[in-house]
This record gives sequence, C-alpha cells and structure tokens, in this order.
Amino acid sequence: MKRIGPFVLERRLAPTRTAVLGYSLLAIVIALLLMSIIFWAYGVSPVKAYSAIGRTTLGTRFGLMEILRRTIPLLLCGVGLVIAFRAKFWNIGAEGQLLAGAVAATWVALFSGIPAPWKIPAMFLLGFAAGALWGIIPALLKVKLQVNDVISTLMMNYIMAYLVKWLIYGPWRGPSMRGFAYTDLFPRDAWLPLLAYSKVHWPTLLIGLVAAVTAALILSRTRLGYEIRVAGDSPDAAHYAGIGFLGVSVWVMLLSGGLAGLAGVGEVAGIHHRLLEPDHVSLGYGYTAIIVAWLARGSPMAAIITSLLFGLIFAAGDEIKVTLQMPFQITNVFNGMILFFLIGVEFLLYWRVRFVGKGKGWAGKAGS
Amino acid sequence: MPKGLPAVAVSTHRACRTLLTKKQYSADQPVRQLDSLPTGPAILDGAMTEKRANAHPPPSEASKDVALLMVDIVKTFPGVVANDRVTFEVRRGEVHALLGENGAGKTTLMNILYGLYQADSGEIYLYGKRVRIRSPRDAIRHKIGMVHQHFKLVARHTVAENVVLGLSGTPFLAPARAVEGKIRELGELYGLKVDPKAHVWQLSAGEQQRVEIIKALVRGADILILDEPTSVLTPQESEELFKILERMKEEGHSVIFITHKLDEVMAVADRVTVMRRGKVVATLPTAEVDKPTLAKMMVGREVVFRLKKAACARGNEALVVENLWALSDRGLPALKGISFSVCRGEILGIAGVAGNGQKELVEVITGLRRATRGRVVVLGDDVTNKNPRRIADKGVAHIPEERLKMGIVPEMSVAENLILKKHHRPPFCRGFLLNLRAVRRFARHAIEEYEIMTPSPETPAKLLSGGNIQRLILARELSGEPALVVAAHPTYGLDVGATEQIRQILLQQRERGAAILLISEDLEELMTLADRIAVIFEGEIMGEVTPEEASLEEIGLMMAGEKRGVRA
Repeated sequence: MKRIGPFVLERRLAPTRTAVLGYSLLAIVIALLLMSIIFWAYGVSPVKAYSAIGRTTLGTRFGLMEILRRTIPLLLCGVGLVIAFRAKFWNIGAEGQLLAGAVAATWVALFSGIPAPWKIPAMFLLGFAAGALWGIIPALLKVKLQVNDVISTLMMNYIMAYLVKWLIYGPWRGPSMRGFAYTDLFPRDAWLPLLAYSKVHWPTLLIGLVAAVTAALILSRTRLGYEIRVAGDSPDAAHYAGIGFLGVSVWVMLLSGGLAGLAGVGEVAGIHHRLLEPDHVSLGYGYTAIIVAWLARGSPMAAIITSLLFGLIFAAGDEIKVTLQMPFQITNVFNGMILFFLIGVEFLLYWRVRFVGKGKGWAGKAGS
Repeated sequence: MPKGLPAVAVSTHRACRTLLTKKQYSADQPVRQLDSLPTGPAILDGAMTEKRANAHPPPSEASKDVALLMVDIVKTFPGVVANDRVTFEVRRGEVHALLGENGAGKTTLMNILYGLYQADSGEIYLYGKRVRIRSPRDAIRHKIGMVHQHFKLVARHTVAENVVLGLSGTPFLAPARAVEGKIRELGELYGLKVDPKAHVWQLSAGEQQRVEIIKALVRGADILILDEPTSVLTPQESEELFKILERMKEEGHSVIFITHKLDEVMAVADRVTVMRRGKVVATLPTAEVDKPTLAKMMVGREVVFRLKKAACARGNEALVVENLWALSDRGLPALKGISFSVCRGEILGIAGVAGNGQKELVEVITGLRRATRGRVVVLGDDVTNKNPRRIADKGVAHIPEERLKMGIVPEMSVAENLILKKHHRPPFCRGFLLNLRAVRRFARHAIEEYEIMTPSPETPAKLLSGGNIQRLILARELSGEPALVVAAHPTYGLDVGATEQIRQILLQQRERGAAILLISEDLEELMTLADRIAVIFEGEIMGEVTPEEASLEEIGLMMAGEKRGVRA
C-alpha cells in the first residue's frame, strides 16, 4: 500500500476484463476531450468538428471504405506486433519491415519477369520474406549480442527508408516518370483487385483477418505460442524450462516482420501501384500499429477492433484536413495522446485508488 | 507494495535529518517531549488519549514497565484479514518472541509497528503514551528499530559508511569517520564485534546482521524488531546473536524476535506470543511452556516432529559429479572442484550457509549454468553443459530455489504451468499443436493428487499462496517418475502444514527409488530427511556425515569453513 496526499493506493493482482476494457475506453475518452481543446484553440467548435468527422467517416459509404483502407496495414502490422509483444520483444520496426515488403513487391512487379497469374502470390510471398528478414536481423542481434531490441528495430526503420529513397532516386527511378522520384507504374497484372468504387484492396484485408485468427490460434493452441508466452511472461522460467530464446525471438520476429511486409505489399500493389517516397508509401502505419497492438493487450483478435479504431482516426485526419482546414498531422497528435493515456491508465489497472481524506492520510506533510 | 527498499531508505534518510536538525533530540531525552514534535493532526491531544484510555485499561500507572502495547490492531488486505484484533505487549528489557507460521500475520503486525503499513483500526502505545506511526521515519523517531530478514546494506560501502548513510547531523567531510568511534563503543557494549572500516561485501551474514543492529542502535532504538534473524546464520552465529540479545536486554532494550522456529523461542525469549491466522493464540512466559504445546498452538493441531523414514535402499548411482568447477554471475569461481554421487533411493543433503555455491551447483547440474571444468553424469550419461531441456528429458526434476521467478510463469494458468518443461512432448504436444484436452486432464489429476488449492485450473498461478505454488511445482516435476530430483530449499518460507506435506512427498519419492539431492539451509530438515549430509563452504565440500553420527555443532563448524577432521 502507498499513500499520495489524501489518496491511498492498493495493489491489485489481476485486473478483470471489464476493468481493462473500461479503463481503455476511459483513456480514449480523455484523449477525445483533450482533442476538443485543441480544436477549440484552433478556432473550430469541437462539437462541429466531431459531428463533421462522424458524418463523413461513419455516415457515408466512401467514409467507411476509407476507414477500411487505413485499417488494412494497421491490422497486419498490429497483429504482428501483438505476437512480438507477447514475447516481450519490443519491435518498433514494423515501419521498416513494411517498407521491406513494399520493396520486394516492387521488384516482383517490375523486374522479376514472373508470369502474370503467379505475380500477385509471388509479391505476397516475397513481401513476407523480406519483412521477416528485416525483422530477424534485430532478433539475432538481441539474442547473440544483447543489442537492445527497441533501438535496433527503430534504427532498422531508417536504414530501410533510406534504402527506398536510394532505389527511387537511383537504380529504380522510372524512365517514364520524367525525373520524378518514383518507379514506373506496375503492370496491370500486379495490381490488387479493389472493392467497387473504393481503394480497399480486399485480398490484403482478407489476409489480415486470417492472420488475426491464425495468430490467436498459434498463441493459445500451439507449442510455439506456449513458448512465446512463457518467454514473454517469465524469462527465468523459460530458461529453466529449456526454452531457447533464439528460437522464440526468431520465430516471433519472422511472423511480426513478415506480416508487416504483407502490409507493405498491400500498400504498393493495392493503392500506389509503384514504389515512391517512404513517407508516402506508409503514413507511419508501422508506428501507429504499436498503439494498435498495445491497446489490443496481447490479443490478436482484439487487434481487429483496435486497428479499425485507428483506421477511423486516419480517415478522420483526411476529413480534418479537407473540411476543417487543419493540418493532417493532427492525427499524430491524437495518436500520441491516446497512447499517452493508455499507458497512464495502466497504473489504474494495477492499483486501486481510494480517497481517504485529510484526517487519515496526511503522511507527507508532518514533521518535515 | 513495490520494492520496499528504496522507500525505506528514503524515509529513513529524511527521518534522521528531521531528528538531528532539531537540536533538542538526543538519545536520552524523555519520550514525552518527542511526542510534542510537530507531527500534524494525527497525534491526539491529552483529552483524547484519556478518553481512549478509559476504553482500554492497559496504559495505566501500573504497567510502567510495558514498553510497547498494540491494542486491537486490525489490518485487512483484499480477501484476507491479516491481523484480526491483535493485542500485543512487550515489556521493557525483555526478548519477546513472535511465533507463527508463514501468513499468520507476524510480519504484518511488525510492519504496522514500523510504519510500513497503516492499521485499519487499533492503537499503539509506547511507554503508556498513545502514538501514531505512519512511516518508518515516525518509527525511528519513536526509537523503534527494525532489522529486516534481507539486509538493506550497500555492499561496496564500508560498515561506517552504511551506518552513516541517511544519518544527519554528521560533518560534511568524512562523515563515516565521525561514527567509527560510536560503532566501536557499541561493539564493546553489546558484543557487536565488527570493523567499521571493513567493506560490507567482505562480511559474513552474521557480521552484516550486526551492522544492521548497529544501524538501529545508532539511531537510538529502544525497541528492536528482528525479522527471522537466524535464517541466514550458522548455528554458531545464531548463538552469538543470542548473546548479543542478552546484552541488549541487560541494557534495557526490548527485543521483538519474529520466528517460526520453536528451538529459538525456547533458547532466547522471555515471553512468547503465538499467532495463527491473523489472531493471537496466547502470550506466555517461555518458562511455563514446552515445544509441543507451542507447536500445537501455532499450527492448531498436533505436529509430528519425526517423519517415518524407511531404511535407505541404495541402488545404482543416479548422479555422479566429478571435480566440478563453475563461475558465479560475477565471474568469480563459485564451485571449486566438487565431487559427490547420489544413488537411487537415497537423499543426499547439501548443508551450507546461503551463497556458498549451492545455487551454482544446482544450476550446473540442471544445465542452467556452464561448468568450466569437471563432469556431471546422470544415469551413466555425461550431461555436462547440455541444454536444460535435454537434461530434464533424461529424468531430472528440478525444484528451483526461486519459486516465483523461475518455478512458475506467474501470468499463466495453473494448468499451463503444470505442463512447463513437458509441453513439447506427448501427450501434451502432438507435432505443432498442444493437446488442450490432455493438459486439462493432467491438471485436474495433479490438482487433486497434490491438493493444490486453486479456484480452478484456469486461475493465474500468481494468485496461489506460496505453499500451493510449491505443490504445483512438485506436481509438475515429480510427474513421470524422475530418476533424480534436485530440490533447492523446497520448504523455505512455507508454513508447517505445507512443509510437512512436502517432506513426506520427498520421502515417498525416495522410497520409489528416486535419487534426491536436497539443498537446504534448515539443518533440522536435513537431519530429518537426508541419508547423508555434505557440507559446502565457498564452493568446496568440507566433509560428509550421516545424520546419525553427526552433531549440529560439527556440521556448524563445517558450514563456517572448517574441514572435517582438521579441527583439533
């Protein structure tokens, strides 16, 4: 037990599901309330802003499709990160792994010469492999050389981003693009099919949903999932049980990086149809997916819900830019606040706060 | 509670600053004046105290020799009443034992007295005056000192530096030198021999404990709380501690001695308060009570001190260790050429003070630490430096010392914890998939057979009590009839009931034909269970004895580093 001013804190061992859900919602609500202050400071009525956002995103088919389009990369990256986070492997590198997938897809589409019917499967396959490779490198660095996973995965993002820049300014710059830093457009047979009148590349969405279900099954029903959970919850117990960290880390990052790679394939083959500047390929999906995974609290199925939520926020960002004439970066502010408050309520999950008033709990002031 | 150490250290530090900057404070000042220090709204005025005094008779003129009185202390934690209307009295100049099983509420009561917890209700009187203790700082100001079970010393500092840490009113330059004289003086007075200039890491556990006691005395403690003080000591060191306590008694200090060892109560205490399940069973002078009665009060039923043990039927050697060398975590030699063997149907006990290589020995045998030299042979196969899983699969069970950190995965369910180490083999795993039906079936079976008290197999393991966590580990490790059981401190910190059950289980395994390597600091346990006892000191085996021929004294000397037969 601890005491802070008139409050008493009591340790809680196991937060209930309702508490987790309730406090997560609380975090989002607080973030929404703070956002309205920002709207207000910008001279926009928060009520008007939220209703406009709600109307245009949730109220129209176009808006709903925009949400889905944003959800796809978040879902794939998010599910992968859930797996990594369950093993306490802090993969901050989904962004780079996504770009690695995009690069591999571009190579298949433009330079491989793989015949048409095999092109799209090959893009996904190699995209997964490229993302997985980009993820396994930090895993090996961590297990073999004790390199901090947060730092190495984060740095790998920059390496990949500059690699993409080099490709599009250098060897892969499209001759037909008149000096712009793009590759050529992919041939039509390398374009993913879209839902009618939208930018929703449904094969990737489907893969994302299958990935969520599969990841849930892997974690709960397989030997690998069991070992991931043991290694994540108690490294000492894993060591004691002879569970190899090398194996767990490599598997986890293979899946995590691979899924992010698939997201990259979806973005270039479904939307842009070419490789372009890294921050146009991905609007920071790999970073936002960290919040998606954190909010899902270790459950890949929950990542479906949380990625939809952040899909909505991205779609709303577009709306804020167009209708309210505010910068698109407002979504980053919002994402940041949600993550901030989510980590804040973590405290409430494990400590029960009770008000005891002045009389009983005035430890700090007396005598000092 | 988060880690207690920093909080205590900080508040102690600030407390002393407060004390010593207020010039009127000195060790011989009357308590009354201390109470008049500005302590906020909590200290009750005289009228209030009187009113309370009417409700509770004790703080009257007649009980002048009562140093401490805790009345009707109630403390609840979510789901448990840790202290249920506990009344506890300590007289001036007595050693008062607080006896009870783990979870009886002894430590909770003392943590309330030391200000680490707040009681939900109840009152504390010191020398007849009501006080309120809201932090260790308050406790120290009221001249209460506490020596925790795990010492809170800075290993790289000297004794004097540790004593002076957080003590204010010392010179800015070379503060440690200022207290060296005081430390020597106290050492003379109480027999607390320790060199103020020695570094703490060089000291034995007994010496470190003395430093802790000196720390409390320098801060003017009149009432000293010792939490399970002998758990880290050799028998000889315990004897010395008891002598120190005698001296303190003579000087008028009151000592509260928390323990669950009956022998110590009889040896050192004037009176004893027995607690069970949060309540006080009785407070008695030790002269008027005997061990079996105390044990019955403590446990609530008759206790068998001797377990029935079949004659040792030694079979083949299950474990042979030859000239084993290994390094500690700090890269220093922890095992220096250890050799022994354990046969099937035999228990070999390893005695020794903690930190003499026991941990490293267990880890090397189970594959968790690399041997730098030597061999470990299990059932005729050399398994030196093999992967822990390979060794476990050969039929080596490991009951680890660190139950919570290593023995279980706290967040995972009881059922999932029960298959750890076996999760990769049939029937729990077929190919890539786990067989959840088999896992559940095994869990139900194990929970019943080992009497694991859990709401359900799906309950997270971290919610179980210590005894039940140990039952879970035993159920898991002993399933599949292992040929060798490496048990590190299997009953440490468990209550009498669980201890008895776990010892029975180990004896059953022995009768079944398992070889058991039992590492324990509890000499009584080793004398009861083991067929042979080897004593380890600084990574070497000092000698080997059988419980029948050995005396506690002889083992104690070996634990302190004397080789068998070397002694004159």
